[in-house]
Amino acid sequence: MAPAGRADTFPKLLVRNAEIFRGRPAFRLKDFGIWQTWTWEQVLAEVRAYAAGLHRLGLKPHDAIAIVGSNRPKLYWSVMAAQMLRAVPVPVYADAVADELAYVLAHAEVKFAAVEDQEQVDKILSISERLPKLARVMYDEPRGLRDYDHGRLNPIDDVIRDGRAALAADAALCRWLDDEIAAGTGKDVSIILYTSGTTGTSKGVVLSAQGCIDAATDTVAFDRLTDRDEALAYLPLAWVGDHYLNYAQGMVAGFCMACPESGETVMQDLREIGPTFYFAPPRVFEQMLTSVMIRMEDAAALKRHLFHYFIGVARRYGEAILTGRPVGLRGRLLYGLGRLVLYEPLKNVLGLSRVRVAYTAGEAIGPDLFSFYRSLGLNLKQLYGQTEAFLYVTAQPDGEIHSDTVGPAAPNVDIRLAESGEVQFKSPGMFVGYFKDEAKTAEALTPDGYVKTGDAGVFDPRTGHLKIIDRAKDVGRLNDGTLFAPKYLENKLKFFPNIREAVAYGDRCDFVCVILNIDLAAVANWAERHNVVYASYQELAGNPQVYDMLERHVAEVNRSLADEKVMAGAQIRRFLILHKELDADDGELTRTQKVRRGFVADRFAPLIRALYDDSAEADISTEVTFEDGRKGVLSARVKIRDMAPAAVPALGKVA
Amino acid sequence: MTAGRGAGAREALLSVEGVSLAFGGVKALTDVSFDVRKGEIRAIIGPNGAGKTSMLNVINGFYRPQDGRITFKGRTRSAMRPHEAARGGIARTFQNVALFRGMSALDNIMAGRTLKMHRGFFWQLVRFGPALAEEVEHRRKVEEIIDFLEIPQIRKTPVGRLPYGLQKRVELGRALAMEPDLLLLDEPMAGMNLEEKEDMSRYIIDANNHLGTTIALIEHDMGVVMDLSDRVVVLEYGRKIADGTPDEVKADHKVVAAYLGVPH
Repeated sequence: MAPAGRADTFPKLLVRNAEIFRGRPAFRLKDFGIWQTWTWEQVLAEVRAYAAGLHRLGLKPHDAIAIVGSNRPKLYWSVMAAQMLRAVPVPVYADAVADELAYVLAHAEVKFAAVEDQEQVDKILSISERLPKLARVMYDEPRGLRDYDHGRLNPIDDVIRDGRAALAADAALCRWLDDEIAAGTGKDVSIILYTSGTTGTSKGVVLSAQGCIDAATDTVAFDRLTDRDEALAYLPLAWVGDHYLNYAQGMVAGFCMACPESGETVMQDLREIGPTFYFAPPRVFEQMLTSVMIRMEDAAALKRHLFHYFIGVARRYGEAILTGRPVGLRGRLLYGLGRLVLYEPLKNVLGLSRVRVAYTAGEAIGPDLFSFYRSLGLNLKQLYGQTEAFLYVTAQPDGEIHSDTVGPAAPNVDIRLAESGEVQFKSPGMFVGYFKDEAKTAEALTPDGYVKTGDAGVFDPRTGHLKIIDRAKDVGRLNDGTLFAPKYLENKLKFFPNIREAVAYGDRCDFVCVILNIDLAAVANWAERHNVVYASYQELAGNPQVYDMLERHVAEVNRSLADEKVMAGAQIRRFLILHKELDADDGELTRTQKVRRGFVADRFAPLIRALYDDSAEADISTEVTFEDGRKGVLSARVKIRDMAPAAVPALGKVA
Repeated sequence: MTAGRGAGAREALLSVEGVSLAFGGVKALTDVSFDVRKGEIRAIIGPNGAGKTSMLNVINGFYRPQDGRITFKGRTRSAMRPHEAARGGIARTFQNVALFRGMSALDNIMAGRTLKMHRGFFWQLVRFGPALAEEVEHRRKVEEIIDFLEIPQIRKTPVGRLPYGLQKRVELGRALAMEPDLLLLDEPMAGMNLEEKEDMSRYIIDANNHLGTTIALIEHDMGVVMDLSDRVVVLEYGRKIADGTPDEVKADHKVVAAYLGVPH
């Protein structure tokens, strides 16, 4: 498949990059307030030393090595060094609780672990009796670890130093390492990425080196990424998105990956780095917009007026100018002025000034939100993908952007819709199988080798682009036979800034009910401006004025549903505002912040029952897990609101 | 947590002998003696009005006691002077946060380096050559402290806009920026919630462990005191009523009486 001599493994790519990009930056990390940079040549030298050190500690081909922590160069190098020795890196979400971590590490049979800091070391030590094969733990940040027993514990720095000394002293070891790099083939397992567990326990997705590199090569060409680009590596290290967008694309294109100083400084680091390639889930774009809007509310009248005027201008002309459609002179002039006084300064504040290509994915993005960023001149696009595809299944090409579709098939990807409406695909980056799970692998594939995504979709008749409606198994029907796509309703609700999460129920019921989560930042700001006093999230969520406000939102959603023929019968009849935020630590969300609907239904069963009988309120007490693992009980009395369905337009009745 | 980091055999860094302090007819301290050994965490506890803060003020020279001797780093005086104390390596934090509210966290911590700046006013004005080199050096130290206290996200934020717990942390940062030999903490955890207290405890232990700073602290939360400190001195109505390891103090009936009241 690949042209002769093309690098088919990541270590070979690293060697290639060190040869052609040499002194160009490969990694950056903000440390002690200053951006430190490593060039491709330096990274190759570090990774070779690291690999030699790991070899001397006994890491063998096919051994698994866990990588746990946030985005730090040394953890990315751990991935590279492992791949150099043909060992298998297994990144794990840094915020996984000990139990989740134990499951993945035991399932992957890890022998080594490279982790970020004391927190992760503690977690691994606490589960070490469940990991009989674990021989060694290495850490990046030594703080707090001085008094630990270092029998099986090493700083990553020491491993690298030891490897460097060994390579310098022993030419044979150098040659052996070169041979080892050359011995790798595209068929090797490159990495095992564990899914976040939206649907049950997480599965280890095995990806081959050739597949990873082929897929990344296609999209690098698709978006014309080069070594002059730069990305901020702030997405969870264990997520396919980070491994693909930053690691794989970075290695293929040779662009620089900048690692933020810490999780809390990402917004500042974004501004300082000014990446040219940017990915964020819709949630992040939403939070950015919310924070801008909140700050504009507090700005002086003149500034506020300017802001709203030029945002209006952008909404009228911005999208057309970005996609290159003809725009009148007046529009161009106004937009040009807007760029000068608002759009560019605003993008600069958000750290998006230099962005050439931005993507969003993971969930539906609100049309208003999407067009807001596009109208500012940000080339924001959507993609649809999953771990099993090594990310891309579809992506929007420049100039063919619609907020309600996810674009046509990505390069070299073959998509089709099954009878049931399920999206199925074949792609270059397609997974090899689930690790140690033949049965699930067989389940995920069709007999002719297509991967079942589990998502229901349709092709938009206008554009031919794919449109995702919901998880295929979540699409259900009300008792009267009306189609019920919960995600579709939830997304419509979540487009209101005051609503953070919505969970809809209605399959095999008489009518549709929803559970809502308020967005604390937005609602708290509203409360401040309206002199609403509250002491806690729970109190704010139960406030009758907040209920009134959300009732108006729900009514609006009902009106928009009434306009759609198939959905008109699935209007929301009752809703409640939950007394607590849905949280991944309590198992209500996945680690990628997706709602686990079934779990929520079980956990709040008394509330669901109350929604479907006539009660006006219900009592609930749930166990919550605090960040340090302790548990407590949260009790509340939650009120329920009834909604009158919006009138269906006469047209709908005729049809 | 590990109390008793082998401070037992070490020499005294500071000793206070027979100190008495009165404001007119009010006796704040009466004949108090104790010592702080190099490298230990020493707690001063007592009910309200027992003279704890007065004791700290005597140690850093803010109050002049009427009677008694203070020996710091081998030099004995009848009273400390504030500038001597500061130059001698005594830093402190206050019960109420005392930061420059309009300045960023970074600048506040940088202010803690003032005494270590050697170039004069005019050099600072030029901000070139030696003065610049000096500032870079100080900034490096300050960044180490910011890293140590895990507050990079608020580096450029005016402290007036920070929540209370973080302000306390910045204040600790400013005190640490002096690289003190003796750090006096006046109720470092007052008004904090459990999580903030745990964080602050960890920074105090780390400062003691990794930076080797000797610490004397006043604290009301008994759990924190017993976990943190190597030795505890207990004051009541300006007099010392007990002195020893946390376990010894806990068992002392006079201490129990002072805190819980005497059964009648």
